[in-house]
Amino acid sequence: MSVIAEPPRESFRVDMLWNDARYRSTFIQIVALILVLTAVGWIVNNVVGNLARLGKDFNFAFLRAPASYDINQTLIAYTSQSTHARAALVGILNTLLIAVLGCAAATAIGVIAGVLRLSKNWIVARLMTVFVEGFRNVPLLIWILMVMAAVNESLPAPRAATPTLGGALVATNRGVYIPAPVWGDGSWFVVAAFLLSLVAIWFWRRHARLKQEATGEQSPVLAVGLALFFIPSLIVYFITGMPITLEYPELQGFNFRGGIFMRDSLVALWLALSFYTGAFIAENVRGGILSVSHGQTEAAFALGLRPNRTMQLIILPQALRVIIPPLISQYLNLTKNSSLAIAVGYMDVTATLGRITLNQTGRAMESILLLMVFYLCVSLTISSVMNWYNSRVKLVER
Amino acid sequence: MKTKLLIGALALAGAGAASAQTLDTVRARGVLNCGVSTGVAGFSYIDADGEWDGFDVAVCRAVAAAIFDDPSAVEFTPTTGATRFEALNSGEVDMLSRNTTWTFSRDVDLRLEFVGVNYYDGQGFMVPASLGVTSAMELDGATVCIQTGTTTELNLADFFRANNMSYEPVPIETNAEAQQRYLANACDVYTTDVSGLAATRSTFEDPSAHVILPEIISKEPLGPVVREDDPAWVNLVRWVFQGLIIAEEKGVTSENVAELASAPTDDPETNRLLGTEGAFGEMLNLTNDFMVRAISAVGNYGEIFEAHIGVDTPVGLERGLNALYTDGGILYAPPFR
Repeated sequence: MSVIAEPPRESFRVDMLWNDARYRSTFIQIVALILVLTAVGWIVNNVVGNLARLGKDFNFAFLRAPASYDINQTLIAYTSQSTHARAALVGILNTLLIAVLGCAAATAIGVIAGVLRLSKNWIVARLMTVFVEGFRNVPLLIWILMVMAAVNESLPAPRAATPTLGGALVATNRGVYIPAPVWGDGSWFVVAAFLLSLVAIWFWRRHARLKQEATGEQSPVLAVGLALFFIPSLIVYFITGMPITLEYPELQGFNFRGGIFMRDSLVALWLALSFYTGAFIAENVRGGILSVSHGQTEAAFALGLRPNRTMQLIILPQALRVIIPPLISQYLNLTKNSSLAIAVGYMDVTATLGRITLNQTGRAMESILLLMVFYLCVSLTISSVMNWYNSRVKLVER
Repeated sequence: MKTKLLIGALALAGAGAASAQTLDTVRARGVLNCGVSTGVAGFSYIDADGEWDGFDVAVCRAVAAAIFDDPSAVEFTPTTGATRFEALNSGEVDMLSRNTTWTFSRDVDLRLEFVGVNYYDGQGFMVPASLGVTSAMELDGATVCIQTGTTTELNLADFFRANNMSYEPVPIETNAEAQQRYLANACDVYTTDVSGLAATRSTFEDPSAHVILPEIISKEPLGPVVREDDPAWVNLVRWVFQGLIIAEEKGVTSENVAELASAPTDDPETNRLLGTEGAFGEMLNLTNDFMVRAISAVGNYGEIFEAHIGVDTPVGLERGLNALYTDGGILYAPPFR
């Protein structure tokens, strides 16, 4: 364009809108925009019109009315007298809980399975192949129901259950009980000591790294780190007279009481979600590792690095930039898939707001709309956090 | 599940037209769309021939017979506690006959019309006999299976709160699922309407190993439901249903209905019911002998009760409250005049 002298200006003709490259794309976009807006407008108008004809209004006042139903797993105080909004909040927290637990477990499972699938040991590699293919090729809902059925049918009922690990762990067909910490007087000293030692570990690692960069001398990071992790907290714990104790589950009446109760629905959903998503993550990890050319490994070996240091210092940092982007979408998938919770009666936000509240109030449009907004917000938050992390680990280009 | 609700919500957007002239729509379609439950022994189930049958199903068949003279001109849609009202309000079904409790908010806020009560029920508890529990007051701390999206969920919360007891609710979608969980001992107690408990228990391998506790914690008048926006349709379904009760009062059965309808009898109300006197069917836009067709198809209320859930069936329910008012029950149909 710049070489040719400006052609004489033609007067504008209508057919230039689609024949002339200067106008065509703008014209097409405007037409598309008008069509989309018309379609959206028609749908909204239709909904409003039909709601009016049915005599239903569109408002969110129902959220302030008492919910009148009980929820089994509540992370915040909730009774059947609380509002529908509070019930939705309980559901939201339950969704976030399963999402966080699921993402953590799926990542651990995925990284282990992905690395092991590349193992030179034939049996280990094949076993991981079976795991990955088995989990990602069967629908998630089936896995959730299967784990739930396995928990319900194979574990003993509470009255027949025998506590294991000296009473610390009770596995029943209604869920798993583990001891709960009881925070006595002075326990905050212990917590503070523990937090302080975490800070100390961070400083020690930084010091060791700077020293190595400056002088090449290595410091014992692991040993000192472990010592800092345990010793100060334990000393404070005994000095203050063991303020933190454990509450063990005990059989009382129909069920065990005390301790932390992980319901069968939580266990089933958690296991199924993390194994299913873990299988996908394993493939991402494998792909990421394979994307680092073998020459890098050989070069690292030539420099005398041991295999685990090679993995840690050479391969993983380069593999991460390939692994992270698909990992984001796996996290999003897991969070959204957690809405299958209702199949096993886990009270996530889909079950409370999207189901019981919707049902008892008949406010389908409003509830579903709120649900969609919630999942959208959570997904966008996860993806922005992960994108930030991705921008930190990606190759620095000069 | 979520998609089902979404479709319901979207269907709401497209189905407004179905509401105005339900009878014309049904006639043009040639079948009645009837929402039933996903399966409760005796009330609505699929029999050995693959046909829907049961106490609730019979009401649909009676309406179809009154309109088309063909009790099989019904398309049944199984609905869960959670999907039933959307199915009705969106026009997916013309009527619901699926043990639905008549409540204020459903009647007023959801814009439904209950055409009567076909079963007076109450919520109860079923526990394994081996637990040794004899009263619902001993259920403190129990794990309770409930069908979610029903009034039982709310009654349960009220009952335990009022009695200052704690419990662990296990929300469940369908009766079949609840049964599986209960039998696996994943919950101590199953709660729903007593009729539903009896029906469920009748399908167990050893029904005597389970007891229904004496406490009835709620009133549950169950009945057929239609949308309130078409009064003509409301009237039609109401009077076909009430007609079945009147038929029992008057001793009209599926066996003698043809004979009684062949010529006017000495009883004026029987004559009006069967169309040999007056023109009541025409007021509903049907023929005057509409109740003859309905009764010969499914029998009167008492016959329907005994055939599906009475003492001689596996469900084995007594008439109790559901006997005619003349027999000590509270079943009382308005006069047919």
